[in-house]
Amino acid sequence: MQIRRQSFLALSGIAAGTTLLAACGGGDETAGGGANDAGGASDAGGAEEGAAPARADADLVIWTDEEKAVSLEEPAAAWGKANDLTVAVQIVADDLQGNFVTADQAGNGPDMIVAAHDWIGNLVQNGSISPVQLPGSAAEDIAPIGIEAVTYDGQTYGVPYAVETLVLFANKALTDAPEPKTVEEMVEAATAGGADNVLALPVGEQGDAYHMEAFYTSAGGYLFGKDSEGSLDPSDVGVGQEGSITAGEKLKELGESGVLSTSITGDNAISLFTDGKAAYLVSGPWALEDIRTAEFDYAMSAVPGFEGLDPAVPFAGVNAFYVAAGGKNPAFAQQFATAVASSPDIVEQMFPKNELPPVNLELQKKLAEDFPEIVKIAELAADGDPMPAIPEMAAIWQPLGQAQANIVGGADPESTMVSAGEEITSQISG
Amino acid sequence: MSSTHAPAHRERTTTIPAVLVRVLFLGAVLAVAAFTVPLMIELKQWMWLTVMVLAAIAIFILYSTKRFVPGKYLFPGTFFLVVFLIAPIILTIGYSFTNFGDGTRGSKEQAVDSIVANSVQQTEDSTWYNLAVATQGDPVEGPFTLFLVDPETGAIYRGDETAPVQEIPADAVTVASGFVTEAAGYTILDAREVNTAYDALQALAVPISDTSAVRVQGANQAFEGTTVLSYDESTDTLTNSQTDEEFTVGKVGDSEYFVDADGKRAFSQSWLQNVGGSNYERLFTNAGIAKQFGAAFVWTLIFALGSVLLTFVVGFALALVLNDERMRGRRLYRSVLLMPYAVPGFISLLVWSNFYNRDFGLINETLGLHLDWMGDPTLAKAAVLLTNLWMGFPYMFIVSTGALQAIPNDVTEAARMDGASRLQTTLKVVTPLLMVAVAPLLVASFAFNFNNFNAIQLLTEGGPFLPGEYTRGGTDILISMIYRIAFGGSGADFGFASAVSVALFALTGVLAAIQFRFTNVLEDVN
Repeated sequence: MQIRRQSFLALSGIAAGTTLLAACGGGDETAGGGANDAGGASDAGGAEEGAAPARADADLVIWTDEEKAVSLEEPAAAWGKANDLTVAVQIVADDLQGNFVTADQAGNGPDMIVAAHDWIGNLVQNGSISPVQLPGSAAEDIAPIGIEAVTYDGQTYGVPYAVETLVLFANKALTDAPEPKTVEEMVEAATAGGADNVLALPVGEQGDAYHMEAFYTSAGGYLFGKDSEGSLDPSDVGVGQEGSITAGEKLKELGESGVLSTSITGDNAISLFTDGKAAYLVSGPWALEDIRTAEFDYAMSAVPGFEGLDPAVPFAGVNAFYVAAGGKNPAFAQQFATAVASSPDIVEQMFPKNELPPVNLELQKKLAEDFPEIVKIAELAADGDPMPAIPEMAAIWQPLGQAQANIVGGADPESTMVSAGEEITSQISG
Repeated sequence: MSSTHAPAHRERTTTIPAVLVRVLFLGAVLAVAAFTVPLMIELKQWMWLTVMVLAAIAIFILYSTKRFVPGKYLFPGTFFLVVFLIAPIILTIGYSFTNFGDGTRGSKEQAVDSIVANSVQQTEDSTWYNLAVATQGDPVEGPFTLFLVDPETGAIYRGDETAPVQEIPADAVTVASGFVTEAAGYTILDAREVNTAYDALQALAVPISDTSAVRVQGANQAFEGTTVLSYDESTDTLTNSQTDEEFTVGKVGDSEYFVDADGKRAFSQSWLQNVGGSNYERLFTNAGIAKQFGAAFVWTLIFALGSVLLTFVVGFALALVLNDERMRGRRLYRSVLLMPYAVPGFISLLVWSNFYNRDFGLINETLGLHLDWMGDPTLAKAAVLLTNLWMGFPYMFIVSTGALQAIPNDVTEAARMDGASRLQTTLKVVTPLLMVAVAPLLVASFAFNFNNFNAIQLLTEGGPFLPGEYTRGGTDILISMIYRIAFGGSGADFGFASAVSVALFALTGVLAAIQFRFTNVLEDVN
């Protein structure tokens, strides 16, 4: 008995010790978490799991996420062959941005990355990307939203190739207004159609400022003001200002009437619509596949604004090619960037494997017949606003989303929006 | 790990294999040291260099002779303790006094380079030329001459840093498919050579007019543009050549930036600086944290204690029931009960978070309820505890079953003989015997749940948040609240996050001390 008790105590001591070690380790991870976040395994680098891929041995190394990498591999290889260069496209499945910034700083990063435009602010402040000069023809070939998105502080930092925005999908069986012009028209038509839910728009308990942006802007809300040069001014936060409070009042009405609900989340919004339980859905091109599989008659239009108020302006997100500042082969990276910017060929070859709405106007025309929905999303994105790329944007998401969710759940619009604005301002200045 | 050999008892003789192993081992250590020391000097990793050198010296002193036997056994543990535990802690403490984070990762020189390089502006209506880089000197060092072909007109130009761009007659060079491929007296660089010399070429500006110059873009293109900003090291200022505006170094917040005349931050690039205790100041003067710390601490205790008690009561009860020999199919029941343990926690937590959805969740739909599980702070706390119970009871079940089976039957039989009822036997005889084995594990389980970040983050993300409250949600435990403070807002701020870690480390240390005392108390009682 005596012996066993002691061995049990020893065992428990080890267990407690291990837990403590784990706890201390946890603390350290908190410190380095962003930089050391697990990355994906690479296809060419053969890196161990949990780290960024080792830079492949090639004349041009491009890092991107899995879907983009799959579509880029063949066109990039073909371009390389034509220019007598070797090209490696590597997948960074997790935290591409963090892995890229760290690797670039250490001098063993890629020559290019393909990523969303709203990273530009952070990549520039870390000195991770170089400017890319677009040829004069780009202004005519590329949709203005694309160029606007990659322009940061008056400089162009990437070659845009695809754009996406949120649109309104309507289930024609559940509504007589497949393309409503106002929120009021939408609610009325869906109520008359007898759908369980009027609208599937993810809110969740923590809110979703991205999906809510169209309604927020329609009621006069803005995120950051613009300075005299047209750049976003982080000292002018629009959350808590008059327009955002009007938006809050509108959201509260929609929450009370059940149009918006915190129980509709990113996990269930699309399935509610495809199951025929919601008449409308606010989502992006990524929802198209599910909706097509559901096999009912649907329509696609711009997200409507409120009657008598401003038009709704959803976020537009642009995917672009960037040249790494610390890459080993900047000349080849710039050469490839120029090749993408001056002709739609490479992007056209990428399209079949990853159907993203293109920003190249010629390509839009070419694809209009076979892929009308994709091209329509590209056209609707032209009325959107590029998601702010300034690093201060990181301070917006949580407080604004939270405030919107609280208001949908019944909180007072004015005090909630004002407190969110104060929180954002304090985070930015902190 | 117990060793099967006991060298102390055996007579120590020198055998050839032993010498061989020793020589190989010491040789390997020497090789690793010889390989890494220059690398570390080059990378300026002074701390790791010190660790490396000291470790190598220690290994040689301890293992090259037969003396220092205790040292031989102490060294490996000490080494790994230093490398994996103490060094990271020292690093974290070091970082907590800097502004290390996004925008402040590099040196000042890198920041200036980045700002200047980013200020290249293309001239309006700039012509894009097909470029060939040539040299009369070295293909890496230069000096370089640019041969340009205007793809629209076919006109050919030549220029270098001192000689402005000039049109040259077509017969002076050979042109193939729009590019100059040969020029008398010059070596034309191929794409790889251009790439090698690219740093120098990017700095190269071949004047084409008074205001603009031709610049290299990629391996075979050139455009007209100007570098708007220039840096003067002697005055430490950046000057905009178009507006004559000057930017000097000034302090914004904790860190130095280049600022304009009004002291407003002009460029987002900054550099790694020592900021003293300002990260700690920010942590301890944050009104939100001070206000919410107490509430978060209380809930953390309730969460950890509640989780341990609930899982133990359920696990123990099930173990008791399934330990009864009259029960049939015990093996099957036991396997089924272990199921929650078999599902990866990350997945089950995410699935459970959907179960609690007010309108579409499994729980409300099955029970016909309309409870706002995730929206009401009290219900959300209950939901967290329920889920953690589901996640945790199999562990307690295993532990209790094991401990129960180790209790000899004669003890319970003796109790029954003495007239104790089954309930009395269980409560008065079995439970105390079981607690001897299980109590320390309960303490460990408490320690685990105290920092059970996953359970909170994946289930509720700390929510629900009351209107106007952004620091602490209804189910936030300390670790999840602190994670949000360190990483929730503006990008990666490793300096501040390190300060938070150090504070948390101190707190965990205090708790650990208390826990060990508690374990000691148990030992005394039994």
